[in-house]
Amino acid sequence: MSAPENTIELNGLTKSFPGVRAVDGLTFAVRRGEIFGLVGPDGAGKTTTMRMLAGVMAPDQGSATVAGFDLARDAERAKHHISYMPQRFGLYEELTVDENIRFYADLFGVPRREREERSAELLKAAGMAEFRSRLAGKLSGGMKQKLGLVCALIHTPKVILLDEPTNGVDPVSRRDFWRILYTLLDQGVTILTTTAYLDEAERCHRVALLHEGRMLFCDTPANLKASLPGAVLSIVCADPRPVRDLLAGVEGISTVMIVGDGLHLVVRDPQRMIPELRSRIAAAGLPCDTIEQVAPSIEDLFVEAVQGDQANQGDQANHGDLADPGPGQRRDRGDER
Amino acid sequence: MLGRLRQMLIKEFLHVIRDKRARALLFGPPIIQTLVFGYAATLEIKHVPVAIVDYDNSQASRDLVSRFQASRYFEVRRIADRREVADLIDRSEATMALQINSGFSRQLHKGETAHLQVIVDASNSNTALVGLGYVNQVAQGFARDVRMAALQRQAPALAASLPEIVVERRPWYNPDLTSQWFFVPGVIGNLVLVIVVTLTAFAVVREREIGTLEQIMVTPIRRTEFILGKTIPFFLIGLLDTALISLAGTLWFRVPLTGSFLVLAAGTVCFILCMLGVGLFISTVSATQQQAMVTSFFFIMPAVIFSGFGSPISSMPLLLQRLTYLNPLRYQEVVLRSVYLKGVGFEVLWPQMAAMALIAIVMLTVSVLRFRKSLE
Repeated sequence: MSAPENTIELNGLTKSFPGVRAVDGLTFAVRRGEIFGLVGPDGAGKTTTMRMLAGVMAPDQGSATVAGFDLARDAERAKHHISYMPQRFGLYEELTVDENIRFYADLFGVPRREREERSAELLKAAGMAEFRSRLAGKLSGGMKQKLGLVCALIHTPKVILLDEPTNGVDPVSRRDFWRILYTLLDQGVTILTTTAYLDEAERCHRVALLHEGRMLFCDTPANLKASLPGAVLSIVCADPRPVRDLLAGVEGISTVMIVGDGLHLVVRDPQRMIPELRSRIAAAGLPCDTIEQVAPSIEDLFVEAVQGDQANQGDQANHGDLADPGPGQRRDRGDER
Repeated sequence: MLGRLRQMLIKEFLHVIRDKRARALLFGPPIIQTLVFGYAATLEIKHVPVAIVDYDNSQASRDLVSRFQASRYFEVRRIADRREVADLIDRSEATMALQINSGFSRQLHKGETAHLQVIVDASNSNTALVGLGYVNQVAQGFARDVRMAALQRQAPALAASLPEIVVERRPWYNPDLTSQWFFVPGVIGNLVLVIVVTLTAFAVVREREIGTLEQIMVTPIRRTEFILGKTIPFFLIGLLDTALISLAGTLWFRVPLTGSFLVLAAGTVCFILCMLGVGLFISTVSATQQQAMVTSFFFIMPAVIFSGFGSPISSMPLLLQRLTYLNPLRYQEVVLRSVYLKGVGFEVLWPQMAAMALIAIVMLTVSVLRFRKSLE
């Protein structure tokens, strides 16, 4: 009964690049009118999945159906109903706002009247109605991304694929962006998005955690958070490595991971743990500023989930690597917050 | 289909008109190259600065010096001391130095061999060679006159009956041996090569760089439409450039277009198709515009040098001569110059056109296949 309701269906979707299996047997379905989030670190296979669903990349194995079209057979017809919005939407900077919209509208074969009406409506919603004759190159970053959204929506798609669309976009533009998306959801459009922002993941009806091309689990954000065993403590310190080594393996701490400004710990009993941590760190003579409980982020959930996944596979060898995927990556994540 | 293609074309032209770099590429090279090759580039060597030191200071030596002074090939500067020569040549104030030793006149009168020492700055081997040739001509002319004068004095009858060969010059197709007539038609080929190759390569790589390529690929546009949209504008620009420079060559530099415009156009179409193939190919091997720039350069330099545009192919090493058969510009230069100066038509130029057509088919097929793959 639910099958015809699914606008996006992935069945064992797999794609390998030389030396790496980017997407590994991915299976899930997105219902009509749903906003579905794909969450995972860089290299989890989010963008590859999106590109396959957009019909620009063929899978090695498995199949996908979007808006009722099997992509293996009907990718070109499916494209009429799909909108794909990558991290940086490709705009022509020497063309004006209107010319960019017109270009994409014509590629989709949107009739002129429809184009006029729809672009007026979308530009108004994006707060850009007065910039129609400005060159795209002269717009701010957030404006550019909103123009990208307008171009991506000009053909009234049934399915919208967003690949970290608000990465690096200012808060005001992000708000406009989401307002437009919610209006579309009401109209029965289906949205699949990837995101690195917790607040954005929480706007999704359901979220799937992706790691190394595989889906760890998939549920509503509330259920996901509830599934976290324990609470998250943040330790702010200048040199987190010795502190991590000190705390790894301590009874009552299930995860220690390095974040931008210190460490995040997942603990069973935060009230009892905070004083104990203070005394342990002080005893070791290590400098540290504050220790406090923080709301779990998607990243905390993610690391916990990955560890659970590893434990299930009986593969403990990578434990240390996962708790600390490398300073570079950690720093990136830290900056985004 | 037509709507999408039309929109691709409109977008491409708007880009060329609005983008500073594309505009510069469009108008810069034609203007500069036409001026450079129309005015500055010449194979003739005129006004070679020559320092002459005359230690003989006789009637004969002064006569010889005045012959050099009278020649339009030389700019004579008299010096008193041979030790100045090295300095003058070092500072490029003289390209050649002639030294007439004392006893020059006496030797001539005694019927002995007289020596004229020539020092030449051979750091530019071409100028040195041509300069030496001119010096030789003047010296031989002088020697012949001296011999004839002596003969006239001693045996006038014999002098009158001496056989002589006079070279009657009949330079076909360019009676005044004007360099411009050689260069201006040739430069049309160069320009179309530079403009079409770089613009095509840039236009595609740019889209890859700014992310519009991927954006376009998620629309229902067909690959063929995209490739046509990317090549038609530069095909037209190549034709337009050819027309403009031909016009400038005929009206401004007065190079006669002896042959048929139709033949010229046919050759140009074949040639532009080759260049579109090359440009597309470069776009498939370059990820950024910088890479495209460097790769284009690696193609353009050898293509121009091994085309016969400047130095003749027949004086290149045999292996390189064979390699030039792969170079489309080689054929286009023949077509341009033959149509312009010789006025010949398809009956003579069909092999060149066929060769270009063949290269165009191969290049375009390879590039389009590679290009389609690179869009995946």
